Amino acid sequence: MANKLISEMGLPKSTANVFAARNIITVKDVLSLSDFELMELLDVGLEEVTRAVAQISEISCPPYQTALSLLEQRKQNEYLAGHLPTRLTGLDTALCGGIPFGVVTELVGPAGIGKTQFCLKLALLASLPISFGGLGGRVTYVDVESKFSSRRMIEMGLTSFPEVFHMDGLAQEMAGRIVVLRPASLSEFTEREFGQGPHRQHPLGWHVSFIKSLAEFSRIPVVVTNQVRSQGRDEASRYLFQVQSRDEPPKDPLKFDSHLVAALGIHWAHAVTIRLVLESKSGKRLIKIAKSSISPSIGFFFNITTSGISLLDDEGVEMVGPEANTIHCQG
Amino acid sequence: MEVSSLPISASQRGKLISAGYSSLSSLSSVSPSHLARDLKIPENEAVEILKVASRRSGSDKIENGSHVIMNGAQTAWDMLHEEESSICITTSCSDLDEILGGGIRSKEVTEIGGVPGIGKTQIGIQLAVNIQIPADYGGLGGKAIYIDTEGSFMVERALQIAEACAEDMLEYNSLLRKDSQSHQANIEPKAFLDNIFYFRICTYTEQIAVINYLEKFVFEHKDVKIVIIDSISFHFRQDFEDMALRTRLLSGMALKLMKLAKKFNLAVVLLNQVTTKYNEGSFQLTLALGDSWSHASTNRIILYWNGNARYAYIDKSPSMRSASSPYAVTGRGIRNSSSNCKRVKLM
Repeated sequence: MANKLISEMGLPKSTANVFAARNIITVKDVLSLSDFELMELLDVGLEEVTRAVAQISEISCPPYQTALSLLEQRKQNEYLAGHLPTRLTGLDTALCGGIPFGVVTELVGPAGIGKTQFCLKLALLASLPISFGGLGGRVTYVDVESKFSSRRMIEMGLTSFPEVFHMDGLAQEMAGRIVVLRPASLSEFTEREFGQGPHRQHPLGWHVSFIKSLAEFSRIPVVVTNQVRSQGRDEASRYLFQVQSRDEPPKDPLKFDSHLVAALGIHWAHAVTIRLVLESKSGKRLIKIAKSSISPSIGFFFNITTSGISLLDDEGVEMVGPEANTIHCQG
Repeated sequence: MEVSSLPISASQRGKLISAGYSSLSSLSSVSPSHLARDLKIPENEAVEILKVASRRSGSDKIENGSHVIMNGAQTAWDMLHEEESSICITTSCSDLDEILGGGIRSKEVTEIGGVPGIGKTQIGIQLAVNIQIPADYGGLGGKAIYIDTEGSFMVERALQIAEACAEDMLEYNSLLRKDSQSHQANIEPKAFLDNIFYFRICTYTEQIAVINYLEKFVFEHKDVKIVIIDSISFHFRQDFEDMALRTRLLSGMALKLMKLAKKFNLAVVLLNQVTTKYNEGSFQLTLALGDSWSHASTNRIILYWNGNARYAYIDKSPSMRSASSPYAVTGRGIRNSSSNCKRVKLM
C-alpha cells in the first residue's frame, strides 16, 4: 500500500499534476511530510493540501473488518479453524487446537532438548493427508544448522502412523512434499530468495517483518527455532522505578538458578506471537508456553521416543509468574 | 493581522505582498476582479483568497466580541464538571481501576508498555470488549477500533473474553434485578465481536494513513468510544534509518491522536514495546521509541513482573499519584490477582 502511486488516487487533475511535478510519486512520500511542508513544496493552499492528504489516507488505508467477520471467515475457510494439531493432546488443548495459522511460533531451548525433533514431527503432520488428520500440504523446511534427517522423520512416521506408512507410495508422496532448504545462513537465504533487505539499526528488523507477513498473508503456520545464550551479568531486567523503589541491592531471583536466556534479545521476543520454551529440569524435560495471547502459562513434561516428542502427562503444570520464561538446563 | 499568516500558497502570498496588500484589513474592501487585476491572477483564484481572508478576519471579530480567546477554550470549572460526569472504562481488575481513578479515561491518550508476554495485548482486547458494556451496567455502550500492527490479535481470545464478560453481566443482572422481568436476558458474546472494528496495518505509511483516516471513520461511526493501537512502536522500530524523520512522524501522529480523543470524546490506548537503555552504569528496561516520544501520551502505565505477580505501575499521569497494583491474566481476561493479600501499594 505504501508504494501505491499518487496518480491512482483519484485526486483532482491539477493537484495530481502538482504532486507529479514535485516528484512526489508514492503514498509514502506524501505521508512522510507534514501539511506545512507540503504547502511549501507544492506551493498550494492549506485547504487543498488537507483535502488531498485526507483523500490519499482514506484510499491507502486498508479496509477494516469486524472481529466477528474475522472469526467466521476463519471458521469457514480454514481447515481445523486455522490450527495445525501437534497431536500432543495437552498442548493442543492449551493452544486451542494446535500451532495457529498466520502467526510466528517460536521454539526456544538449549542444544539437544528436542527442538529439531518437534520440527520434524510438525513437518510430518503438515504433510500428512487430510483424511488422516494432517494438513495435506507442502512444507518448506529451512535447515540452517544442517540437522534435518529424513531417516529420523520416516522412523517417526512409521511408529506414529503405521497405517499410513505401510500404504503403498504414500510415504514417498509425503516425503516429496517436504522441501528442505539448506542456506549457509539465514541472511543468505533471504537475500537470495527475496532480494537484499536493507540493513538498518536492527540487523534483524527486516526479517522480522518479512517472516510475520509471510505467515499472515499466506495464512500458514510458521515455526522458528531459537537458541539460548548465557545471561550477561548486567542484563537489563528491571525498570528505573523498580531500582529506585527498593533499598536492598537489586537481586533477581531468576539469576540464581538460571543463566540462560533466549538469543536475539527483547526486540525479537516482542515480535513472536507464541513462544514455547523447552528445558530440562532435574532430569525431566519440560515444554512450556511462555508467551501466547490465547493460552495460559502451562508446562508439560515430555520425553523423546521413537515417535518423536510425547507428553508424559496431558494435565500440565501451571506456571507461576515469570517462571514460564526461564530456561533451565540441568541433567 | 498580517497577510503572511493566511493559509494560502507561498506564491500567492508573495503576489499579495508585492502588490501592497500586507494586512487583512486591506483585503476587506477589495473586489475579486480588482484583486485579480492587481495580482495578475485568474479571478476564481482571487475569489478563493478573499474567501480565506474573510473567514480569518470574521473569526477574529467573533472572538473579540464574546471574550473567548481561542476556539475550544474552557474554564477549569467547566472542565471539572465534564470530568466528573464522564465514565471511565473499567479494566475488569478493580485494583488496577482503583489506582487509575476508575479506569481508562476518555479524552486522554494512555500508553501501556511492558515486556513480551506480560499481557499488553490482553489488556487491549479486554478494553475493546469492556467498552461495550451497556450504560445500564455502568459502562459506555460504545464500539471499539482495534488497530493491529503486529498481527497478535487473536479472535478466539476475544471471543473467550467476550463470553466471560457476558456471563458476568448476566450474573449482575440476576443479582440486582430479581424483581423486574429480565431486562436484557440475552447478551450474545458474538455481538461483542461485531462491534470491534479491526484494522491490520503492515507498514508505517499505512499506520499514518489509518490515523489520518480515523477522523472521518469515527465521524461516520459516532459510537466508537475507544481506539486501541497494538502496538504503536512495531513498524517504527524496524526499517527506519532516518531518526529525525521518525521523531517527526511520531509526534505528528501523537498530535492527531490527541486531537481525535478530544474532538470525539473517546479514549486512545497505545500499546508499546520495551527496550533497554544504558543509565548510570547499568542497563535498564524502558519503553521504546525514545525520550521525545515519552512526552506524547497523557498517561503512561508500565506493566512488570514483581516476583511471581504481574504489576502495573503508573509512570506518568497529570492527575493520579504514582502507584502500582497487581493484576492477573486469567482464562476469563484481566482480573484481580487473587493470591495477593496486600492490595494496593503506594510508592
